[in-house]
Amino acid sequence: MGISEKKILKPIMAYEDSMTEIVATTPGLYPLPDWAKEQLKNQKGNQKVDLIGGDEGEEIQQSYAEVREEFINAQQAASLDRIVEGQGRWDDMLAHPLAVNDAVDTQGIVRYYDNNNFYRDPVVTGELSASGDVADELEAAQEQTDGLQAVLPGPYSLADLATDEYYGDDASFQAAIGEFLAEEADHLPDVETLFLLEPSLVENAPEDGADERASEAIDTVAAATDADVVVHPYWGALEEKVYAHVMDADIDALGFDLISDHEQNVYNAQEYGTPDDVALGIVDGQNTLVEDPETLEERIEWFTDQTQQNDYERIYATTNTETFYLPVNRFEEKLEALGALNKTEVTA
Amino acid sequence: MTREQFRPENHDNDHFLLTTVVGSYPKPKWLHRARDLFEDEDHDFDAENFEEAKDDASRLISKKHERCGLDVVVDGEMRRNEMVEYFAHRIDGYEFNGPVKVWGHNYFDKPSVVEEVEYDEEWLISEYDFTTDVTDVPVKVPITGPYTLAKWSFNEVYEDHEELAYELAELVNEEIEGLVEAGARYIQIDEPALATTPDDHAIVGECLERIVDDVPDDVRLGLHVCYGDYSRIYPEMLDYPVEEYDLELCNGDYDQLGVFKADKFTKDLALGVVDVHVREPEPVEEIKENIKKGLEIVPPERLTISPDCGLKLLPRDVAYGKMENMVQAAREVEEELDAGEIEIDAPTISADD
Repeated sequence: MGISEKKILKPIMAYEDSMTEIVATTPGLYPLPDWAKEQLKNQKGNQKVDLIGGDEGEEIQQSYAEVREEFINAQQAASLDRIVEGQGRWDDMLAHPLAVNDAVDTQGIVRYYDNNNFYRDPVVTGELSASGDVADELEAAQEQTDGLQAVLPGPYSLADLATDEYYGDDASFQAAIGEFLAEEADHLPDVETLFLLEPSLVENAPEDGADERASEAIDTVAAATDADVVVHPYWGALEEKVYAHVMDADIDALGFDLISDHEQNVYNAQEYGTPDDVALGIVDGQNTLVEDPETLEERIEWFTDQTQQNDYERIYATTNTETFYLPVNRFEEKLEALGALNKTEVTA
Repeated sequence: MTREQFRPENHDNDHFLLTTVVGSYPKPKWLHRARDLFEDEDHDFDAENFEEAKDDASRLISKKHERCGLDVVVDGEMRRNEMVEYFAHRIDGYEFNGPVKVWGHNYFDKPSVVEEVEYDEEWLISEYDFTTDVTDVPVKVPITGPYTLAKWSFNEVYEDHEELAYELAELVNEEIEGLVEAGARYIQIDEPALATTPDDHAIVGECLERIVDDVPDDVRLGLHVCYGDYSRIYPEMLDYPVEEYDLELCNGDYDQLGVFKADKFTKDLALGVVDVHVREPEPVEEIKENIKKGLEIVPPERLTISPDCGLKLLPRDVAYGKMENMVQAAREVEEELDAGEIEIDAPTISADD
């Protein structure tokens, strides 16, 4: 469960002369509209060989174009400040950029973290190079909107979700995944923000050495784009040593999942500081209970109050996780709650 | 021991390897069609028509199971659309908001707990009554366990899934009391969610303590757990207050068998001897070899013969073929045991265990 209201009834210590910009956004990976669930199942089939390989025909492409349009409309209607493409095509969730790659063989169905969700194990069998698949999606989205935000798996999570049969050892594989994502990021059209989703940094925390490599790989990806880079771990808080390494990377913002573990997250921010900007996961991406904008505001204020030593230029207000776990009606209500938050002036 | 009550009167062998199924069986196509018609607002196929179709399907599959020679049957769960949805529809406090993704284009209507859960209408008692009426052999009742009901729901009300699971355990207990009153003597609690989060095994244990409260000794209680790493819940699970563990081992080619040898298996084992993900019936000889693997873990008087899991995703003829071969294999192994042709490797269990 998330933060109860009791825990956040603290006085707000407002800095007189510093205004923090609140940017309402999401980490993407939206639930398909119900009509599209049916239509795409009929067009593609529902076995593992039927899932997205990056070579889908015109009819399926058309369905996804309609899905994309609906996703963008919903975000615009909710007045979000950053608009994601929605990743309707990402059948394999965060493993998608590999699942559509020629150097990858998608094999058995494996569990997606601790969820009752599954994806195809992407087995890397050759030298990776960018396919431009994610860039194509964003270019299509760009025709409909500005204020775009790109979403990619973070390099540590993507390596963790995949199986390596080519690079031979963890260090080379991590570096190769970092280079690969940097190349994909380089193909992206101009976007405001790039969210790198890094749940594995929490769920399967890197050991000594791997933590430093994860940070270097994040640097590699971040260097490939002019967009603001937000590294967003979730399902808990980073271990302190991992946190310290991630802080070494040249990123604009770091994410904190206040739904799953607000105490450890705020401790990290208090103890080790943060980048100038933070992303706060304040809407539960995995529960149908819809938070009202006042609750969200209180959650942000609680965090800023607890970490007064940090002077945030910008706070990205977001769901803690991807949102494909939710039924469509509640998902849309959560977008609206985030969008409504944006209309309230928050002083931090 | 509750096993002997299920030995058929005309059982030919001295040894008795109880044969049964986990629960689900492929639904006839016409039953799916009947549901579509019932859900189609433009059609006049009403609730009564749909009930009749479900009755017919339940009768058909119960009889099919009986014809295979199974010692204990289930109606193939013909009335149940899904293992959480079915129950959530009958429990006060749940609401449905629409399908959510499991993988690819496979979805599930994951319900939300939006108010405190309360027992309302019965869940399975009429299903049990009907099945008992249409078949001459004993009937087993599979019921989704509270941990899985909690874990595979959105929880908007309780502090966490643990608290919700305990509340649901009270309702499962109430339903089981009703089933026992109706005459049910074999109840299997399905907890597939335990395989995904084995660290929660103590929560499942606590749920089971609440479930078995006031259940008489002659009622056989089993627990079905499938597709997980058993080493993470064994041997701790032996402390659960159930008599039988129904496990999926055939799918992994018995690579987890060693887990159950490291510590003595002190309860009954319902061993999966056919793989529900292989689309052809295993030959009798192969199934016999699988049964003998069970005898490495428990002696014959503690071994139940069963498929790995529900058969519902198989073509109907394949499902039937698997059950028929499974029963034949069990009977042949019994004969060989009677004749002293099989050496039993299972460790003996003293009364102190």
